[in-house]
Amino acid sequence: MRITQGTFSFLPDLTDEQIASQIEYCLGKGWAVSIEYTDDPHPRNAYWEMFGMPMFDIRDAAGVMTELNACRKTFPRHYIKVNAFDSTRGRESLRLSFIVGRPAEEPGFGLERQEGPGRSVRYTTRSYATERPQGERY
Amino acid sequence: MSARVDPTPSRDSGEPTPLRPDGAKQEDALGNPLDLEAAYRDSHVGEVLDSLDRELVGLAPVKSRIRDIAALLLIEKLRRAVGLSSGPPALHMSFTGNPGTGKTTVAMRMAEILHRLGYVRKGHLIAVTRDDLVGQYIGHTAPKTREVLKKAMGGVLFIDEAYYLYRPENERDYGQEAIEILLQVMENQRDDLVVILAGYKDRMETFFRSNPGLSSRIAHHIDFPDYTPEELLAIARLMLQQMQYRLSAEAGEALREYIEKRRVQPHFANARSIRNALDRARLRQASRLFERKRGAISRQELEAIEEADIRASRVFREHHN
Repeated sequence: MRITQGTFSFLPDLTDEQIASQIEYCLGKGWAVSIEYTDDPHPRNAYWEMFGMPMFDIRDAAGVMTELNACRKTFPRHYIKVNAFDSTRGRESLRLSFIVGRPAEEPGFGLERQEGPGRSVRYTTRSYATERPQGERY
Repeated sequence: MSARVDPTPSRDSGEPTPLRPDGAKQEDALGNPLDLEAAYRDSHVGEVLDSLDRELVGLAPVKSRIRDIAALLLIEKLRRAVGLSSGPPALHMSFTGNPGTGKTTVAMRMAEILHRLGYVRKGHLIAVTRDDLVGQYIGHTAPKTREVLKKAMGGVLFIDEAYYLYRPENERDYGQEAIEILLQVMENQRDDLVVILAGYKDRMETFFRSNPGLSSRIAHHIDFPDYTPEELLAIARLMLQQMQYRLSAEAGEALREYIEKRRVQPHFANARSIRNALDRARLRQASRLFERKRGAISRQELEAIEEADIRASRVFREHHN
């Protein structure tokens, strides 16, 4: 099951050229671009690992692409995303975040039902990948 | 225009496309005429070259070399438009010359020229020295160098006193690691950044001799000559003009003498020494006006640097001893 989240989640995966031009747009707006990766892509998992520091003083997308390629090389079977942070006072949050790398095989999520009092049911989604310990998931 | 009627000019006949009488116009792959003059105008590179001529005194060999490079880049652009490909030209450079001969200033102009001609995307200049590239302990150098390279992408990386990167007396020096990463990026990401190495001539030559890989990847070796006294005086006048000061006639004469004397003294750093001398003259002018402490000061007085401000310099005193 192909996981989608963030900006462009409705589009097929971006090519490197498209990623570079998105980054170019972010840099043009003065946002700090950062790269994060994880092997636990649950939609509620907001805490992905940072790959290096956010790049605050980069002028050209080529710099970010170098870093992204280094990340892909280090974590070929992880999810990787690019974030753009807007530090404008009052905003101070992410403006753009999209997935740029994913493992070849994605086992998807299972739906668990917990039976509550009466006939109530509580639902939860759990990634099949997380059944194994961290680092062995994909 | 006939070019538009026949979009594939005599290519099949095997004959070269005849040049038009003015020699400047040709057709590109789509049959549009190519105009060297228009391309030159559109790139606005002329403005940069003119301001180079105007604002930088002397440096004739440097200027002519920059003109050559600009011409090459412009022609390369036109060649690409007609489908003649020869790969992106190697643009890494080395600037050698004594201190204060304008290496950094020219590097900044170079970044602008390359940007106007579309060879670097952003046209910013990152100036670094050994400290910015080489780390303190094992494993510190690579990330540090990469960080700098990342910042310089899309622009020009200017490495001042590049020979400090290589310290033959210490074989465990981390400088070598920085050089290797630099080489890799210079070779593989040629269209992402341009590297300019700068330093004193003799030490740069030793540096290149011991790092042949680096030397062979640098296409343009540009040597910055020392300034003549007349050029230094012209530089001084230009600096004062930019700082909105005026030199009285006698002060001009004093400055000429000052330059003659200062040039032969040790630690003379060309234009940089002149700038420092002018800064000290400004100090003296300020305290001269301040100590007078009477009434109104006219605009002329605020602007003027007098002979005494320059004659008070240490250079003149030492001569009399």
